[in-house]
Amino acid sequence: MENNKNIALSVKDLKTYFYTNNRCNKAVNGVSFDIEKGKTLCVVGESGCGKSVTASTIMQLLPTLSRIEEGEIIFYKDEEKINIEKLERNGKEMREIRGSDIAMIFQDPMTALNPVYTVGFQIAENLKYHTSMNKKEIREKTISLLDDMGIPLPKQRVDEYPHSYSGGMRQRAMIAMAMACNPKILIADEPTTALDVTIQAQIFELMDNLKKNYKTAIMLITHDMGVVAELADNVAVMYMGNIVESGTADDVLRRPTHPYTKALLDSVPVLGRGRDQDIKPIKGSTPDPYDRPVGCQFAPRCNFADETCNVMPEITNISSSHEVRCHKYEEIFQY
Amino acid sequence: MKTSSLDKKFDKIKFLEENNKLVSKDQNRLLNKFLNNKLAVLGLIIFAIIILATIFAPLLSPYDPLKVDLRSMRQTPSLDHWFGTDNTGRDVFSRVLYGGRVSIFVGLGSSLMAALIGLAIGCYGGYKGGWVDVIALRISEIFMSFPQIILVLLLVSITGQSLSNLFIIFILTGWGGMYRLSRARMLSLREEEYVQALESFGISTFKICYKHMLPNALGPVMVMITLSTAMFILTEAGLSFLGLGVPLNVPTWGNILNVATDVVVLQNYWWMWAPVGIVISVFVLAVNFIGDGLRDSTDPSQQG
Amino acid sequence: MNNKKDIVLKLKDIEVHFPVKAGVFKRTVAHVKAVDGVDIDIYRGEVLGLAGESGCGKTTLGKAILRLVEPTNGEVSYISPEKNITELTSLSKKEMDPFRKKLQIVFQDPHSSLNPAFTIFGSLEEPLKKYGVNNRDERRKIIGDLLEAVNMRREYMDLYPHEFSGGQRQRIGIARALCINPEIIVCDEAVSALDVSIQAQVLQLLMKLRKERNLTYLFITHDLSVTEYLCDRIAVMYLGRIVELCESEDLYKNTLHPYSEALISAIPVADLDKQTKRIVLEGDVPSPVNPPKGCPFHPRCPKAKDICKIETPELKKYSTNGNEHFASCHLVDLPEVS
Repeated sequence: MENNKNIALSVKDLKTYFYTNNRCNKAVNGVSFDIEKGKTLCVVGESGCGKSVTASTIMQLLPTLSRIEEGEIIFYKDEEKINIEKLERNGKEMREIRGSDIAMIFQDPMTALNPVYTVGFQIAENLKYHTSMNKKEIREKTISLLDDMGIPLPKQRVDEYPHSYSGGMRQRAMIAMAMACNPKILIADEPTTALDVTIQAQIFELMDNLKKNYKTAIMLITHDMGVVAELADNVAVMYMGNIVESGTADDVLRRPTHPYTKALLDSVPVLGRGRDQDIKPIKGSTPDPYDRPVGCQFAPRCNFADETCNVMPEITNISSSHEVRCHKYEEIFQY
Repeated sequence: MKTSSLDKKFDKIKFLEENNKLVSKDQNRLLNKFLNNKLAVLGLIIFAIIILATIFAPLLSPYDPLKVDLRSMRQTPSLDHWFGTDNTGRDVFSRVLYGGRVSIFVGLGSSLMAALIGLAIGCYGGYKGGWVDVIALRISEIFMSFPQIILVLLLVSITGQSLSNLFIIFILTGWGGMYRLSRARMLSLREEEYVQALESFGISTFKICYKHMLPNALGPVMVMITLSTAMFILTEAGLSFLGLGVPLNVPTWGNILNVATDVVVLQNYWWMWAPVGIVISVFVLAVNFIGDGLRDSTDPSQQG
Repeated sequence: MNNKKDIVLKLKDIEVHFPVKAGVFKRTVAHVKAVDGVDIDIYRGEVLGLAGESGCGKTTLGKAILRLVEPTNGEVSYISPEKNITELTSLSKKEMDPFRKKLQIVFQDPHSSLNPAFTIFGSLEEPLKKYGVNNRDERRKIIGDLLEAVNMRREYMDLYPHEFSGGQRQRIGIARALCINPEIIVCDEAVSALDVSIQAQVLQLLMKLRKERNLTYLFITHDLSVTEYLCDRIAVMYLGRIVELCESEDLYKNTLHPYSEALISAIPVADLDKQTKRIVLEGDVPSPVNPPKGCPFHPRCPKAKDICKIETPELKKYSTNGNEHFASCHLVDLPEVS
C-alpha cells in the first residue's frame, strides 16, 4: 500500500516491550499496518494479544515501565510526515497531536468521564487547549457536538454531570469530546463492550456516520468478530504481539487463511446458523507472555503446525490487499 | 533519543530475559514485594533487634533493674553501666531492656486484643447487617469520640494507676478502629461470588463469616495492628511520663522518661532520658516502616 | 425435547421489589421493580435461555429461584421425579437444605467466584462436608473426580485460585456446582467474562455434562447468538417481565415481540453473508425504578399504538410451527391457544 495520499497513519515493525516486575514482556513484537483515511481498520484479537498496547503506543500513553523498542509510527498530517515514536512522550509536539489530530475513546464510559466536572466543561477543555476559540464559540461548538452525537436536549445536557447520563449517552459524550477538534484519526478501544446490545447498535450507527461526514480514519479495537463484520473496511488479526493476518473485511472474513483466524471464526456461535452449527473450541490456552513458545506463537494450539513453525514466519502477500504470517498458508488457502 | 537511566535498566532486563536468565518467582509475591521495600526490611531488622534484646535482657545485662544502689547514683555511661545510672543508682541500660518488655507487651497485647474484638464484631456486623451492626456502629462511635486522656484520668482517679488499667483503656479506645476496618472490608467482600456460592449451599452464616471471609479481611487489619502497637507504645510512654500510666515501680520506657520532668535531670543527666527517648522513637519508626511495607505489599494496585 | 410436560420447576407470579429509601428517616419513596410478575414452567432436562439487557431482571430472577435474593411475592415450586410438589418460597432456611442439593448456580466473574484464601480442595470440600461426606479421603476422591469431569487434572485441587486462568476458574466453578449432584443449574452469564475462544470450550463442557448427568439448565445471558446455539427454549425479559417465551428456532424465525425483533437485529453477526438491516431503538435501556405505564416497552417500540400506552399486555399463549409460543404484546396477530 504505497499510495500515501490515502493513508492517515502508518505503523512499521513496531515493538513495544514492558518492563514490570523486573521482567521483559514483548507485548507488541513487530507489528505493521496502515490506517486509511475515511476507512475503519478493526484490530481484532483476544485478551493479551497486544491490541490495546498498540493503541497506547500510537498515542504515546504507555506506562513508565515500558518503551518503544523499534519501529516507526508515521503520522501523515496534511503535507507533513511526523514520526511519533521520535517525539517525547509528554512533549509539546505530542500533546498538540494528542486530542486534536489523533483522539482516543475508551472502553468503560462509566469511568472515562470525570465525575466532578460537567460534561460541557470536559468537552470545552479540549477545545480550549487546542483551538483559539473564545468562550462563546466554545460553548456553541460544545452544544452542537452533543447534538451531532445524538444526545437529546443538548442545551440542557451540556451543564449536567456524568452521573445523570446513561451508559450510552456517556459513550456519546466521550465520542463528542474526541471529535471536538475534528481529528484525522479516531482510536476506539473496545468502545461498545461495556454497553447493552441495543445501545451498541446506536453507537455503531454513530461511528459509521463519523466516517461519512467527517472523513475520520477509525482504528477500532475489538474482540468480537461480529463487530468486525459490521463495521470494518480493513481487518488486522492479532495474536500474542503479532499481526497474523490482515486485509479487507472481505479477504479476512470470507477467505480466512491463518489457522488462528479460522479457528476464531469457527469457535463462535453465529446468529442465524441455528442449533446444528458446529462450534470448534481452540485447544489449549494463550501462553504465558513470559514463557512464550519459540517461533510462531500459535503453533502449540495449531492443527497444521510442524517443525518449520519453530521459526517465526515472515509476512506473505496472498493478494494486493491480503497478508498472512504463516508457513502453512498454502494448505489452508486450498482448505 | 537520549538514553536515560531507565533505558539502561530496561536494556539490562531485556538482555537477561533473552538469554533465559530470568524466572518469575510467583510463589510468595507478597514476601518478595515486602523484601524489595528497603525501608520495610530495615524496620524489620531494627524491630527484631530491639525485641530480641528485651527478651534476652538477663543475658545482656547482669544488673537488676529494680535494685537501688545509692553508692552508684547518677554515674555517666561507662563500660560498667552502658547507659549510666539513674537517680537511685539503678542501671539505666537494664531498665531500658526490662522496660521494653512491658512497653512492647502493653502495646502489642492491647493491639491484638482490640483487633480480636474488632474483628469478631466487625466481621459479623459487616456481613449480616441488621441491628447488631447498627448498635455496634453507634457504640464504636461513642468510644472513638472519647479522648484517651479523659478516660485515663477517669479510670486512674477511680481505681488508681495500674498496668491492667492501661490495657483496658487501650483496648476500649482501639477496638473501634479495628471494627470499622474489618466491617468495611466485609461490606465489599460480601458481594463476592464465592460468598454467594456458599450461601447457595446453605452453609451457616457463622461459618461463611468467620471461616471463609475473615481470612480475606486480615490484610488491612494486620497493618493496623502494627501501627496501633506503635501508637500505644507512644501513648504509654506519654502517659507514664506524665505519671498517669504504669506505676513508677514497674520499669517501662515511659516511666524511665518520667525523670525528665525534672529540669535538673534534663539539663545535666542526659543519659537518664535521651537513650530511652531514642529507643522509643527508633522502635516506633521501625514498626511504622513495617506497617507501610505490609500495606504496600498487600495492596494489589501497587505496581512493581 | 421429549417429556415436554415433565415440569421440574414452576415459577408463578414472581416479584422482586427492592425498596428505595430516602430522607433522614429512611422512608420508602419508591421501589426498584427488578422482577415484576414472571410465570415460567421449566421442563426437566431442557436448556431454557433467559435473555435480555442490563436491568431486565434476569440475574435477579436466577438468584430468586435459589433464594439468594428473596422474592417479595410469588411462588417457586420444585417438582420431584416422583411428582411431589414442594413450594420452596415457604420453607425456612433449614428446611431449604435438602432442596439446595437440587438447585445450584454457576456465576459470571471467574475472578471473584473462588475464595482466594483457600485451595480448590478447601473451597469445594465445604459443601461436601455439610451434606454428609465426613471422610476426608472420600472428599478428596469426589473432588478429584469432579475436576476430571471438567477436563482438569486431579492434582489441581491443592492449588490456589490465582494460579489458574479465567477459563479454568470458570470450570472449577462448574465443578463446584456439580459437587452435590444437583438436578437444575442456573448459569448466570457463565461464559460472558471469558475470552471468545475459551467460551466455546466452556459451552461444550456444559453440554457434555448435561447429557452425562441429565441436568436442566437455566442459561442467563445477554448474548442471543449463544442462546440460539445452546438452548431448547428462550425467554426474553424486559423491565422485569417476560415479553416472549418460545422454542429457540421460533424466536429467530417467527419473532412475535417487537423488542425481541430489535434485540436480534442489533446483534453483530460475524458472517458477511448474514448482515441484516439493523432496527435501531431510540432512547436508553430504561431503569426499573419507574417503569412506564401500559406496555413497559412502548416508549422505544417502533410499532407502538395508542393501546400500548394505556394497557399492560398479558403474557398470552399462541402457537407457531405446532409449538407453544408465549408473547406479551397487543399487536400479535395470531389466535390465542388455551
